[in-house]
Amino acid sequence: MHFKSMVVSNIEVSPGYCLIRLTAPRQILDARPGQFVMVRVQDGIDPLLRRPFGIFDVGTFSPEYPESPRQHYLEILYKIVGKGTSILSMLHSRDYVDVLGPLGNGFDEGEPETEKLLVGGGFGLAPLHFFARKHAGTAGIKAFIGGKRKEDVLCVTEFERLGIDTYVATDDGTLGSRGLVTSVLEEQLETGFGSRTVYACGPEPMLRAVAGLCKRHGIGCQVSLEANMACGVGACLGCVTKGRSHSESAPDYRCVCKDGPVFDAAELLWD
Amino acid sequence: MKKKPDMSVQFAGIQLRNPVMTASGTFGYGKEFAGYMDLEKIGAIVTKGLSLKPKAGNPMPRIVETPGGMLNAIGLQNVGIDAFISEKIPFLRTVNTPVIVNFFGNTLEEYEEVAGKLDALPEVAAVEVNISCPNVKHGGIVFGTDPKAAFSVVKAVRSATIKPVIVKLSPNVTDIVEMAAACADADADALSLINTLTGMAVDLKNRKPYLANCTGGLSGPAIKPIALRMVWQVSRAVQLPIIGIGGITNAIDALEFLLAGATAVQVGTANFMTPDASQRIVEDIEKYLRENGIEDIKELIGALRA
Ligand SMILES: Cc1cc2nc3c(=O)[nH]c(=O)nc-3n(C[C@H](O)[C@H](O)[C@H](O)COP(=O)(O)OP(=O)(O)OC[C@H]3O[C@@H](n4cnc5c(N)ncnc54)[C@H](O)[C@@H]3O)c2cc1C
Ligand SMILES: Cc1cc2nc3c(=O)[nH]c(=O)nc-3n(C[C@H](O)[C@H](O)[C@H](O)COP(=O)(O)O)c2cc1C
Ligand code: FES
Repeated sequence: MHFKSMVVSNIEVSPGYCLIRLTAPRQILDARPGQFVMVRVQDGIDPLLRRPFGIFDVGTFSPEYPESPRQHYLEILYKIVGKGTSILSMLHSRDYVDVLGPLGNGFDEGEPETEKLLVGGGFGLAPLHFFARKHAGTAGIKAFIGGKRKEDVLCVTEFERLGIDTYVATDDGTLGSRGLVTSVLEEQLETGFGSRTVYACGPEPMLRAVAGLCKRHGIGCQVSLEANMACGVGACLGCVTKGRSHSESAPDYRCVCKDGPVFDAAELLWD
Repeated sequence: MKKKPDMSVQFAGIQLRNPVMTASGTFGYGKEFAGYMDLEKIGAIVTKGLSLKPKAGNPMPRIVETPGGMLNAIGLQNVGIDAFISEKIPFLRTVNTPVIVNFFGNTLEEYEEVAGKLDALPEVAAVEVNISCPNVKHGGIVFGTDPKAAFSVVKAVRSATIKPVIVKLSPNVTDIVEMAAACADADADALSLINTLTGMAVDLKNRKPYLANCTGGLSGPAIKPIALRMVWQVSRAVQLPIIGIGGITNAIDALEFLLAGATAVQVGTANFMTPDASQRIVEDIEKYLRENGIEDIKELIGALRA
């Protein structure tokens, strides 16, 4: 879909992180966790390109003014890092943006009896939140959230409200245990049993560590990747990542935008 | 004005419903955009540059935004001519819009061989020869910047196909007219210009180039003045139809290229800004013609008062 969208609300949820709610056509309700949207934050040629963001949630709400029809929405949890996200953070309710999406494949949501371990850091929590919101109550879910400092630890209240066991680790120990979230995950992998899958989204070093852990423990692992993007639809080949069998003579490049952003960690080359 | 303005253009034996095409490498193989626009509203689809064998392309990161533009170092990654024929042509066959296939080679023989394979495909309306691959170490850089090399590559392609041969020029040269003239001498049917300008972006924080390839091709609104200048210079010096390319994001940009001497235009980076950019440009050109009482778009081609 490609649609004009009105800002409903745009609030800072933690220093440097905001949650924006945007109106969307009804079909947004069919979006799958792990899918993303490409947002044009303003008209004109600066910034030139759309910005990719994972879908934090979708839903339906009743606008405050009387007799207006129920509206569908999409939410994005974003970190202010540069030009595009700064402009986004300054939008007010009733401003407009232009949205392309949902794009990409989304997580393979698996069987209900499989325990689902969500591992994320920073804005990587966005798609995991959507996942948790859809599956809470029907599947065993645990969440592992990492960050540099406590400000970078997002969504703990949301996860707890969904009744999900949540483990937190920060580099400086200002929230949860001190150290890497992968250490906390490792403890879990060593103690628990039964069939389980890890769903991970966050900075590259974290994904690499999680993929390695899962491989050692023989557990399925899906990772959601990031890459600089221009088109978002598989046309420009700007966003590729190396597949397992990649070599110079037999290239195995996958588009993060179209073949991903979610990949089976075992399908990728982690050189 | 009640009558629908005539938007059609023709050149090199190609008949187009309107002069707006998509630029190679920015529109995939057409299908990627089918859900976002009507592919039968534009003049032609130009597909991603093909080579004889599949090509891996460059390491990541491959793209970065720059003021008013973007740099890309895709490295001409593509599925190769055989996969194009088996996997991409079947969809393109269902679309009632001419398909122009862009391609390149590492050697004269490769150019010739790909051209020969394309010659056999009834679905291909014309070929566009990329002689200006600025990101590939063994690619078109030699052909695109040396008039003699350009002449021989166009000759080789010419001998391998009876389809219209469009040669896409590199702007990374001192004298664009000299290059255009060499292609004309080699019996090209049309010229498209410009390809991307070689540029660079530096990441101060990490003291590294942004692109893994260090340099990349600059495209988007930032290059429009250069593209316009080159189209204008070539159109005055060489008797070949020209396809204007470079930073076109709206109907006004497109019409400026026609005035400067282009018979048709291609829309590239703008497809990333809005996936239906090319269709919108067609609609807005038609609106402009109506509002200004212009019955035939061909009245504007080369009509610059200079
Ligand atoms: C599939 C996907 C999902 C994402 N989901 C989220 C999310 O839910 N919340 C969130 O805050 N961020 C998310 N990101 C990252 C987000 O796209 C970037 O933070 C954003 O593009 C930065 O734009 P900017 O103009 O503020 O930064 P600038 O640094 O000024 O951007 C310059 C250019 O680099 C690109 N860029 C910069 N950082 C990134 C990055 N990390 N990934 C991809 N491109 C980048 C920009 O798109 C732009 O083209 C996601 C990225 C991808 C690929
Ligand atoms: C991501 C990307 C990939 C491209 N790939 C090709 C290609 O394969 N062959 C080619 O001849 N030109 C290629 N180009 C150049 C465009 O076709 C066009 O000439 C150039 O981008 C200038 O037009 P624009 O400013 O409208 O984008 C590519 C451009 C971009 C941005
Ligand atoms: S962003 Fe263009 S192919 Fe993925």
